[in-house]
Amino acid sequence: MGAQLRIYRRRMRSVKATKKITKAMELISASRIVKAQQRVAASTPYANELTRAVSAVATYSSTNHPLTTASERPIRAAILIISADRGMAGAYSNNAIKEGEQLAALLRERGLEVKPYLVGRKAVGYYKFRDRQIAGQWTGFSDNPTYENAKEVADALIKAFIADAQTDANGVDEIHIVFTEFKSMLIQNAMAKRMLPLEVVESDAPAPAGLLPMYEFEPNASVVLDALLPRYIEARVFNAMLQSAASEHAARRRAMKSATDNADDLIKSLTRLANAARQAEITQEISEIVGGADALASASAGSE
Amino acid sequence: MTLKVELVSPTQRVWSGEATSVSARTVEGDIGVLTDHSPLFGVLVDGQVVIHGTNGEATEFKVSGGFLSVANNRVSILTESIN
Repeated sequence: MGAQLRIYRRRMRSVKATKKITKAMELISASRIVKAQQRVAASTPYANELTRAVSAVATYSSTNHPLTTASERPIRAAILIISADRGMAGAYSNNAIKEGEQLAALLRERGLEVKPYLVGRKAVGYYKFRDRQIAGQWTGFSDNPTYENAKEVADALIKAFIADAQTDANGVDEIHIVFTEFKSMLIQNAMAKRMLPLEVVESDAPAPAGLLPMYEFEPNASVVLDALLPRYIEARVFNAMLQSAASEHAARRRAMKSATDNADDLIKSLTRLANAARQAEITQEISEIVGGADALASASAGSE
Repeated sequence: MTLKVELVSPTQRVWSGEATSVSARTVEGDIGVLTDHSPLFGVLVDGQVVIHGTNGEATEFKVSGGFLSVANNRVSILTESIN
């Protein structure tokens, strides 16, 4: 076998092996998106009810709760960035990190010090490589987050928020979250939202009754808020994590699908090249034989 | 007239349906909710939630903390963990 042909064959083998891997990853992600979507859907009733309740308390009570009132002179802000643990998901992690960078720039313009809280190895790696301070980091559950994971993250954030930013270097005045919204199998957007001080976001589903009921609070509005807000933040973080996980799977499926397609194209063009090389080899061999026979014939003809 | 009851945890909807009454334990003490209860939002402590379904069956859940919200004959019980 000619050298050229051997090289083509070797490259084809390696591309085929890569294709098997990317194809497998594509199929795995495709099956996990569905599960991740179901988990997002299953967490929605709880999140919606909590949002309604928080809206109601915040709207109808005159209590000045620390969690709902903005600081007059904010000095520090926390950003929670949710990224992936593993790569091979196209620009998924990068988009979230970039969105976080933009938000951080915006906050710095307002004169705030930014404290990054990171979820997922990709974001942690990005910050470590640039030698930046990290206020908190959690890894290892980006593709299948549990409520306990969300609780852990939310607890750290709430603790930092409750600490007085004016006196405590770990305290923050604002908490922002950057995650990837799962709109559909095809559309996922990295987005930044402010969690605290409260900016109550209405759920996607329109409220059943236009007006929130005039609740009676037991025992009273401020105790209810005290108990309600941590749960609300946990639910928000959990929801963001679940949406990000679904987005991660969707992004990975897409990236792996195009990798598989590219491998197919590559194999096709390599096959063509290998065929041409083989044919050239055969042609050369024939012309060598013919040339040799010719030389023998003319040599024996000359001796007669 | 019946109550529309939902018992939800962060990961799933545990129970939903029609009921005649719901009882739970808030920080202030036990509370029972019948139809046409005035809008109420209470903080629950660890304890039992009993839902008396329209079919006469009572379903009991052990919850660890949570919230009870009542409005317009809709009762929602939010809790972090249910046994």
